[in-house]
Amino acid sequence: MSFLNSLISGVSLGSIYAIIALGYTMVYGIAKMLNFAHGDVIMVGAYICFFAVSRFSLPPLVGVLLAVVVCTLLGMTIEKLAYAPLRAAPSLAVLITAIGVSYFLQNAALLLWTPNPKVFPNFFARKVTAPDGTVTDQTGMAFFDGALRVSYVTLVTILVCLAIMAVLTVFINSSKLGKAMRAVSEDKDAARLMGINVNTTISATFAIGSGLAAIAGVLLCSAYPTLVPTTGSMPGIKAFTAAVFGGIGSIPGALLGGLLLGVIEILAKAYISTQLSDAVVFGVLIVVLLVKPTGLLGKVVREKV
Amino acid sequence: MNKLNLSKASRRSFMTYAVVIIAFIVLQSLAAAGAMSSMLKGLLVPICAYVVMAISLNLTVGILGELSLGHAGFMSVGAFMGVTTAVSLQNVVASKELRLIAALLVGALFAAVVGFLVGIPVLRLNGDYLAIVTLAFGEIIKSIFNNLYLGLDSHGLHVSLLNNTLNLDEGVKPIIGGPMGIGGIQKIANFATGFALIMVCLIIIFNLVNSRAGRAIMAIRDNRIAAESVGIPITKYKMMAFVTSAAMAGAAGALFALNFSTIVANKFDFNTSILVLVFVVLGGLGNMMGSIVAAAALTVLPEALRQFADFRMLVYAIVLILVMLIRNNPTIRTFTAQLRRGRKGGAKS
Repeated sequence: MSFLNSLISGVSLGSIYAIIALGYTMVYGIAKMLNFAHGDVIMVGAYICFFAVSRFSLPPLVGVLLAVVVCTLLGMTIEKLAYAPLRAAPSLAVLITAIGVSYFLQNAALLLWTPNPKVFPNFFARKVTAPDGTVTDQTGMAFFDGALRVSYVTLVTILVCLAIMAVLTVFINSSKLGKAMRAVSEDKDAARLMGINVNTTISATFAIGSGLAAIAGVLLCSAYPTLVPTTGSMPGIKAFTAAVFGGIGSIPGALLGGLLLGVIEILAKAYISTQLSDAVVFGVLIVVLLVKPTGLLGKVVREKV
Repeated sequence: MNKLNLSKASRRSFMTYAVVIIAFIVLQSLAAAGAMSSMLKGLLVPICAYVVMAISLNLTVGILGELSLGHAGFMSVGAFMGVTTAVSLQNVVASKELRLIAALLVGALFAAVVGFLVGIPVLRLNGDYLAIVTLAFGEIIKSIFNNLYLGLDSHGLHVSLLNNTLNLDEGVKPIIGGPMGIGGIQKIANFATGFALIMVCLIIIFNLVNSRAGRAIMAIRDNRIAAESVGIPITKYKMMAFVTSAAMAGAAGALFALNFSTIVANKFDFNTSILVLVFVVLGGLGNMMGSIVAAAALTVLPEALRQFADFRMLVYAIVLILVMLIRNNPTIRTFTAQLRRGRKGGAKS
């Protein structure tokens, strides 16, 4: 039963990684850049939601929507100001700029919101009135006489992840903008010749990725409720790893990579060692890349001489 | 005008040597005259360590052309092994300088071995996948040092992972204490040794770059397939550059660690790797002089911005973004290119 417990929390953590990895993988597929600031957008989203709900006592759903809107705008602004002028620059220059943006967001958060950790509220608790009249928060369900506990956060995370994947797959495959995205990721110049506005398409990709990052931020902080300005950086690196794991540029790859990474991390924590779980995760990544150098679902690009 | 009849490459390397030597003499005499602020004095050894890190990473990124995001991992190996050596030799070797040199050598050696082991899988990959695997190795090395316990007593060296089960003699403290790192280090690193390390590394790099092997390495960078087709053994030369780079990072790590009284594995994380990468990119890929200036300037900058207190890292981030935007702005690029062409034309006439 403890294995099943770990497996479920692994899938839940993996779902969060998958949502973050989507942002990395879409941006990489279309703009061919590693957006290192993505992890910090997660943190901004979580803070916005936190302040909306805790300070201004808005309903949680409004808080989440507000976070999504702010992060979408933030993502588009970052793209316009920092990345768009570097379209023709070498990829390393763009990478360093992304790192600069990441430092900027972290330190701006440090100044605005202080380094003191904030305790993120649990949105997914049900008020239960016991027969004697006392009211308690119920945060999850128990099966098999309490041997198997599933918190509502876990359930919601997994469902949200599946919903996002379904919507995104339909969007990419059938909508006009989705088709434009696929065209731009295939060949930017040919897409431009076909009348696709490349700049708008890239901007839209950043908007979608950043909006998803806000949702991931809220889910992440619901499951692990300590919120500090560096909250996003480690999950960001892990999600980036997940994106590479599944094959960067591939959307089903992001889901698969995220889920596997989350499950491996939680199982390594439970059965090998808490301190070495990161080493195990990265070790598995290395082995996978050695066997399949383009990730699990990555496309093999033949090099032409 | 070229009286010495030197090639362009060796003229450039002699320029770099000269600038480093002059900088050392100026800084050393300023320090001796007491005209240097205590802040700058304290930064001299870290600057040397970061300069060595930057030029060694420039060998991997600029000369070999492979992005490495785990360079701090090699620094970490060098730091821990170097300090362990220095502490072990404390009662055996009386001379501070000898202990420091031994620490640097052992740090470099261990980092080279780790670099070789990491290089076997890493160098089979290309591009972003190679970058992510170096990142992964950096994190793995950090995790291992965070959980490593190592102690020395009359029975010899004891090592354990995860839990402190060293069974040392009574009263003997472990050297590496897991997440606590190493404490109570004698600060034996000094500026002169740091300068010497920079010079040695520069000589090695310039001689490598201007040799047959260096040309092979740059051929691989410029076109891997073409290099392979003319019979250059890719893996051998890639490994040569990678291991050299790792060894230098190890020596830099040992130097860095012996300047502080405590050292923990978390000091050498992903952010440190990125910091060094920023030096390299800002200084210019393949440009050693640029790396040296960028590393020195960007190590001093956050300290010099202390008057802005809380805003300093924010300012640092903005400066970083602006520099990248300005350097890659097409209008400014054409303008500087024209300037350079104009100057060359002037020299000819």
